[in-house]
Amino acid sequence: MSTPIQVPTFNYHAILAIFRFEMTRFGRTLWQSLVTPVITTALYFVVFGAAIGARVGDIEGVQYGSFIVPGLIMLSLFTESLNNASFGIHMPKFTGTIYEILSAPVSAFEIVLAYVGAAATKSVLLGLIILATASLFVPIHIAHPLWMAAFLVLVATTFSLFGFIIGIWAKGFEELQFVPMLVITPLTFLGGVFYSIDMLPAGWRTVSLFNPIVYIISGFRWSFYGTADVSIGISLAATLGFLLLCIALVWLIFRTGYRLKS
Amino acid sequence: MPPTPVISISALGKIYASGLVALQDVDLDIRPGEIVALLGPNGAGKTTLISAVCGIVTPTAGSVRVNGHDIRRDYRAARAQIGLVPQELYTDLFETPWDTIRFSRGLFGLPPNPAHLERVLRDLSLWDKRKDMIMTLSGGMKRRVLIAKALAHEPQVLFLDEPTAGVDVELRRDMWAQVRRLRDSGVTIILTTHYIDEAEEMADRIGVINKGRLILVETKTELMKKLGKKQLTLHLLEPLATIPADLSAWALTLNNDGGDLEYVFDASSEQATVPALLKRLGELGIGFKDLTTRQSSLEEIFVSLVKEQTDQPWSTPPGSIRSSIQSPSDRR
Ligand SMILES: Nc1ncnc2c1ncn2[C@@H]1O[C@H](COP(=O)(O)OP(=O)(O)O)[C@@H](O)[C@H]1O
Ligand SMILES: [Mg+2]
Repeated sequence: MSTPIQVPTFNYHAILAIFRFEMTRFGRTLWQSLVTPVITTALYFVVFGAAIGARVGDIEGVQYGSFIVPGLIMLSLFTESLNNASFGIHMPKFTGTIYEILSAPVSAFEIVLAYVGAAATKSVLLGLIILATASLFVPIHIAHPLWMAAFLVLVATTFSLFGFIIGIWAKGFEELQFVPMLVITPLTFLGGVFYSIDMLPAGWRTVSLFNPIVYIISGFRWSFYGTADVSIGISLAATLGFLLLCIALVWLIFRTGYRLKS
Repeated sequence: MPPTPVISISALGKIYASGLVALQDVDLDIRPGEIVALLGPNGAGKTTLISAVCGIVTPTAGSVRVNGHDIRRDYRAARAQIGLVPQELYTDLFETPWDTIRFSRGLFGLPPNPAHLERVLRDLSLWDKRKDMIMTLSGGMKRRVLIAKALAHEPQVLFLDEPTAGVDVELRRDMWAQVRRLRDSGVTIILTTHYIDEAEEMADRIGVINKGRLILVETKTELMKKLGKKQLTLHLLEPLATIPADLSAWALTLNNDGGDLEYVFDASSEQATVPALLKRLGELGIGFKDLTTRQSSLEEIFVSLVKEQTDQPWSTPPGSIRSSIQSPSDRR
């Protein structure tokens, strides 16, 4: 073979290949991955929005059913991003097909971009679908649409990166589920999805401020209704801080080959 | 002058995190267009060697160059030229052969080329199966899907890690024919095996690896020449103290405290030297009660090599080998 070899300096064909592979995988589980969260969210509206919400009244001038929308979107965004990304990288490790990615002319950056990009894309789509579903049940007002979109993408990316890390770290499927189920979901429920932390007694309010999820949900809700538990600047800083932490961890993983190469 | 190597491995070493020394000081040059078989028992380090070249295992010593490109500093250029077929059948169960090889080509940075992919699938008799789920294919077909994936980016070098392990006789022959066709198309092939007949059948050169060390690399013809040696052992009536000078025309050795006279000769040689030797012995009044002859097989050569790792594998007495042969059909 005398044809000169083509050596990519930026392997966008690889990014595209992985991205498409991941999207096809999502497509195969479309039912679970899109319909289930939509139905779950709809149930939340029926129970909390209509049944209970009617007795709760307004929070910070927002009808209760509308108030919980940003938090519910975030709840789905967290778990979906974590699950999509952690499965995406854990499966090739589990089945052994990771050998091909490790032996391909792709950089760590390209691998992360493809896997995290695919997971985040799907989460953002899901978030938008939940938003659309919610708008069928309650009036929704988006005060800062650009900030809303920015938060959506930022959070989806951050948690997809976090999921990617979990997927590499996990030795089995139990560990894969561990963080989303036992850490993120409780923190989210306690992070002000269903209430404003201002409604808590002073002591619990202080405790809540140690929950990073509070800052994310508060920021996202601010982009809807212009009101927040903590200042938007702090929310943004907390979210970006988490993103940077995840980037640093991923960088370390590839530098050391941690649980990828022996 | 030998052609510039496509792959140049020098002083390669790997110590796993567990402390296990899997590779030690391996030097090997692969020439373009050849088939090299790495022969060694399970656990010898064959997969580790391949994995180190392909970027799956990080070497702890030495370096590897692929057409002059260092596998670490210049990993893109190095890897773009290599295709790897792993030992285990690692496949995406829910994908089709067509999708999975298209994925592979993209992963290696190449634009789509349906014509090439079709050719690859047809050559591997997978074209009819291109739209089937990989999970529905047989083991032999899955192996071929992995080969197709490895060929999707038109590599110059193909690594086949135990392509016929656990495969029945007929499929092995198919695989051998397949590998030859690939070589004829210009691909350099490095395969690992623990079947001696496979190395003998396929390879231009054979590298014997054991306990992480490459203990011998020879062209097959060279090995066959050594293989062609025969050994005549005469069990003497009376032990000899020394070999009589009259017998210097024959390369003789005395063993067993002078009780055995051994003659190693080239079996392919036209000249019949044995009758002359026997005649001469009769003239000298050296009698023998029995004689045995044997021809060394590659298997014996191999076993004695991996057993002793000495520089003179040929001198090992046959009896001691046979009893300890590690059957090539031993599988994990
Ligand atoms: N990831 C690993 N960690 C620790 N030891 C390993 C690892 N992979 C292989 N080994 C060990 O290294 C040695 C060589 O293994 P391998 O290269 O797979 O041999 P072969 O392919 O010749 O059968 C064996 O002793 C094996 O147990
Ligand atoms: Mg092996």
